[in-house]
Amino acid sequence: MNKTEWPLWEIFIRSQHGLAHKHVGSLHAADAEMAMHNARDVYTRRNEGVSLWVVRSSDITASSPGEKDLMFEPANNKVYRHPTFYEVPEEVKHI
Amino acid sequence: MVHDNALFQYLLRLGDNCLIMGQRLSEWCGHGPVLEEDLALTNVALDLIGQARLWLSYAAHVEGGARDEDQLAFLRDAGDFHNVLLVEQPNGNFADTIARQFYFDTWYYFLLLDLQRSANPRVAEIAEKSVKEVAYHVRRSADWVVRLGDGTDESHAKMQAAIDQLWSYTGELFASDGMDEALQQQKVTFDPAKLRAPWVDHVASVLDEATLRLPEQTWMQRGGREGVHSEHLGYLLAEMQFLQRAYPGAHW
Repeated sequence: MNKTEWPLWEIFIRSQHGLAHKHVGSLHAADAEMAMHNARDVYTRRNEGVSLWVVRSSDITASSPGEKDLMFEPANNKVYRHPTFYEVPEEVKHI
Repeated sequence: MVHDNALFQYLLRLGDNCLIMGQRLSEWCGHGPVLEEDLALTNVALDLIGQARLWLSYAAHVEGGARDEDQLAFLRDAGDFHNVLLVEQPNGNFADTIARQFYFDTWYYFLLLDLQRSANPRVAEIAEKSVKEVAYHVRRSADWVVRLGDGTDESHAKMQAAIDQLWSYTGELFASDGMDEALQQQKVTFDPAKLRAPWVDHVASVLDEATLRLPEQTWMQRGGREGVHSEHLGYLLAEMQFLQRAYPGAHW
């Protein structure tokens, strides 16, 4: 018997009050339609969301952990990029 | 004291279909072909057991309150169960389970669409709540019939065998008796024979897409609704009812 695994899919859910889809996990499925059904059954059993995205894991290009310094170190020592140097007037809310 | 025996019996039929189908599906728990499918099958089982509770608790109310939903589920013997024979058939292989589910979901979906118009408001409410879940079940089981039918040679052969094997249990879905007719006159229920045309249409179109043959007309099994069951039901009840039989009144 052919034991080939179905491809892996990454599942993203937008929750009731969330604005953006959030990665929740992965699962196996033969195609996008099955991935959608499986995502519904595996990840939305407790009222987790109102919208689902399924993406084939192989379609995701990820940054390499080995290149962490090259990628992220330059942003680490530039505090002036954080908006902490501005004085926020009293009247301005929600910043 | 039973207020309305016809309604009580009808609710038992609906509740027992859901309960026995749910119990059968839950036997897949931990045995599904893949983790995702294991969860999906048990989700459907839980949906159906939830619906069984709605039908049976209303049945208990109509009966007059002498028994509750749990006593109806766990303390009746096979002869007092009124589910159709289809739902008590064993799980078999995955294709057998899918064929049984496909026939059942399709029928139950069209039935619930009708029952939403019931003159009995409680029946209409339960139907309206249930049809949302069952709409998903119908899509899922049809999807699997197509995948397996239009899959490998082996999956095609198994799916066709399952479709053929269970066909003779589908006639009972559309039968009615004197009790049904009384309820139909009150517009509580509708003629089940009228569900046959949309059911056959849907089944035929899915089978066509799945490259499977619609089975030939044949002699149809019946009896479940009247309490005459296949031997399988006794074993199913023995497992399902064990706890309440061995430890009466046990709860958590």
